[in-house]
Amino acid sequence: MSETFLRRLYFFAIGLFLALPLIVVAGVSVNEKQDLTFPPVGFSMSWYGQIFADPEWRQALIASLLLAVSAAAIAVAVALPLAWFLWRRIAPWANIFQLLGVAPFILPPVITALGMLTFWATSGLYGQPWTAAISHGIFFVTLPLVTLSLGFASIDRSLVEAASTMGADDRTVLKTVVLPLILPYLVSGYAFAFVLSLNEYIVAYMTVGFTIETLPIKIFNALRYGYTPTMAAVSVFFVAVAALIFGLIAWFGDIRKLLGAMASEG
Amino acid sequence: MRREKPQSLADYTPLFFPGVMLVVFFVIPFSTMIAVSFFQRDPSGFYTTAFTLDNYARFLSLFFAKILGFSLLLSVTVAICCVALAFPFTYLLTRQVRKVQTVWLVALLSVLSLSEVIIGFAWSTLFSRTAGISNLFVGLGLLEKPVALYPTFGAVLTAMVYQAFPYTILVLYPALVRLDPTLLEAARTLGCSPMRAFFNVVVPALRNTVVATVIMVFVFALGSYLIPQILGRPQHWTLSVHITDQAIYQSNMPFAAAMAVFLVLISLALVGLTLLAGRKESAS
Amino acid sequence: MSGLAVSNVTKQFGDFKAVENVNLSVPHGTFVCLLGPSGCGKTTLLRMIAGLEEPSSGAIVIDGEDITGVPTHKRNFGMVFQSLALFPHLSVGDNISYALRIRGTAKEEQRKRADELLKLVHLPGFADRPVTKLSGGQRQRVAIARALALSPKLFLLDEPMSALDAKLRESMQVELRQLQQRLGITTIVVTHDQREALTMADLVVVMGQGRIRQAASPIEIYRKPADAFVADFIGSTNLLDVSTDSAGRAVILGTAIPGLAMPQGTTKASVSIRPEDVHLGQPGSGAIEGTVTFVRDLGATIETYIEAGGSSIVAVTTPRERVDVAAGDKVGVILPAESCVVVKS
Repeated sequence: MSETFLRRLYFFAIGLFLALPLIVVAGVSVNEKQDLTFPPVGFSMSWYGQIFADPEWRQALIASLLLAVSAAAIAVAVALPLAWFLWRRIAPWANIFQLLGVAPFILPPVITALGMLTFWATSGLYGQPWTAAISHGIFFVTLPLVTLSLGFASIDRSLVEAASTMGADDRTVLKTVVLPLILPYLVSGYAFAFVLSLNEYIVAYMTVGFTIETLPIKIFNALRYGYTPTMAAVSVFFVAVAALIFGLIAWFGDIRKLLGAMASEG
Repeated sequence: MRREKPQSLADYTPLFFPGVMLVVFFVIPFSTMIAVSFFQRDPSGFYTTAFTLDNYARFLSLFFAKILGFSLLLSVTVAICCVALAFPFTYLLTRQVRKVQTVWLVALLSVLSLSEVIIGFAWSTLFSRTAGISNLFVGLGLLEKPVALYPTFGAVLTAMVYQAFPYTILVLYPALVRLDPTLLEAARTLGCSPMRAFFNVVVPALRNTVVATVIMVFVFALGSYLIPQILGRPQHWTLSVHITDQAIYQSNMPFAAAMAVFLVLISLALVGLTLLAGRKESAS
Repeated sequence: MSGLAVSNVTKQFGDFKAVENVNLSVPHGTFVCLLGPSGCGKTTLLRMIAGLEEPSSGAIVIDGEDITGVPTHKRNFGMVFQSLALFPHLSVGDNISYALRIRGTAKEEQRKRADELLKLVHLPGFADRPVTKLSGGQRQRVAIARALALSPKLFLLDEPMSALDAKLRESMQVELRQLQQRLGITTIVVTHDQREALTMADLVVVMGQGRIRQAASPIEIYRKPADAFVADFIGSTNLLDVSTDSAGRAVILGTAIPGLAMPQGTTKASVSIRPEDVHLGQPGSGAIEGTVTFVRDLGATIETYIEAGGSSIVAVTTPRERVDVAAGDKVGVILPAESCVVVKS
């Protein structure tokens, strides 16, 4: 009994540890009054409605979504040709671009944030909304770059050779063979970048924090200046969105493989 | 198509857009930041262009040494706690059936997407006097009356471990999921109980992975910016907090930049170590 | 049509010569097998013909046209890869009509051609099946059908049977040969299995260490191997030293072999004799004296292993011709001159 029981207990403890803050946040979000009490006093789902009803929260939501959509697109637009080039060609010096692609993410975020701040400030473009999209896009390049590199590596090169024996030139191979095969990795790379951008605070803050409020910025401000359970509702909402997106990826794809497992075994 | 060297200039086209983007929006900002670290502080604007080593000289103060020491100590502790907790968990996870693994992975990815703000907020509630877990302890008879468990070092540590935990698992996952199961089977036939097999076979086999993961989590923890502010006192502020503080509130961008450069150097050195450890492992 | 001509082709990787000075002429409609052990250069040669590798020197000419510098996608040769390389994201039908699709052929045309080819490879009605749900043998047929979609000039196959189990392999060899004869298409197959080569090919090209050792019909390769390497690689054989004695007679293991002629000017060489041509009888005049070390009765054949004069000889007989010997018995070994082939060492 001991082995399985211990393991189950361990998993349960870890699960509890991970879920605890979520439980708190969920509890706070259903408070009836504008109080951040836990356990919740009364029950009301109105704060979830606030996300869409209250113009300030709604604007923040839209800003976050727009930012995430465009930042993830930029990240993928940078990562795809790079990953393709590194797979297609032997060019050892080009690996420096891979390093550059990974660097923003590996380094502490405040570095990238500060770098972006100095850059935009120096160039006089500080505060424009699109600077956040570019900043986030570069910051999150690593995610699609990693998933796409994994994806390209998983393509059997004899498929490409077979296509060329049948008359496909480079472009046709790319269109008819390579792209369909890396599509799941493309989608997951985009999804990762999207979700992380939605929740990212410091780069957004340092680049456009004074002109635009994204949801994480607004939440932090709310923490300091004006509490409402809406903030907790937003967090639960975001986690639900993330769970949905990743759940969809898991449903349609092989998430174990996308995270590093070899081709599926039982 | 065979993998070959670029033949013509046109073959380099895919590299154009990523190259430009990365150089313009990463290399240049980075270089600007390094440059700014040598500039002089201008209280009214961002900075004035003058070359000075003052900013780096401040590193030599006791104050700074204390901050640095604390940041490093905190990050190391977080890294070790995380890996110690996550390694057995990830190992056991990879032995489960596909469905179980998938569910856990989706859950972990969702938790990973929680922003630092929320984590800070949630744990501040959990550690508060009125609503926190100390009330639970009172109920269990372990405490006399409820007490606020923050702002303390322990609170900061717990929240940071929480934040880094899913990341640690995802870093460990590829190595552990590819671990040769016959290694353990061999150990079992030789008489090891599963737990002994784990400690005597798995851990030593993945020694370099563990070290590399500790380093990666260390760098990740160095980046924690909000949790030390929400759950700790100013003495608990890490380097990242001070950098932002100096940049935004103290209007001292040059000093902030200098500290940032310093942080980068440490991070790069550690990542370099990680790569070396990784190379050694694949070579052995 | 003149067919394929490979002239003086060499492929070098750094210092290593994977293929060295290969000359090969393949008339239109021939079934060729490139045969040899792994690392002999046969796959590299095939890939150069396909355009997937570029020769370091030499030329590849088809029907009088030099295609050495022509990229793969312009050569229009059908190829079946060892891993079969079926596109996992396309159905069987879409796989087969891929070549047509990328040339902009109309959908009905594509469908018609795919159905035609599926009938040809005995898989009617499989067009809409996903590729992942096929057995090994079915996948191979689809790969073959796909390669033939545009009725190419050359049909190239790289170890096509390696993923199949033994029984299926045998029947596929026959099928592939029949298909080729039906279509009359020039076919080149790479294989390391000499049985396969002997079954299917009109022309067997034995390669070793990057060079062609012998290119001839299966029977000639078997009966008259050009050198010890070929003799040893094809079927099993006995390789024994032969020398000339003072009287000018050929001598093997101390016994003169009447009627065996040595090539002009050679006093020392090797002789290859197939186990089924070795006669066993009583020890006595004219026969090589040997001791039986092992007898293996395989039902359809009997293998007798003999040790004679420090060399081992294997004799294979059918049960009808069996000689009643057991391990330890003394036996006389007769090597008929007409079955001995003098080979270069």
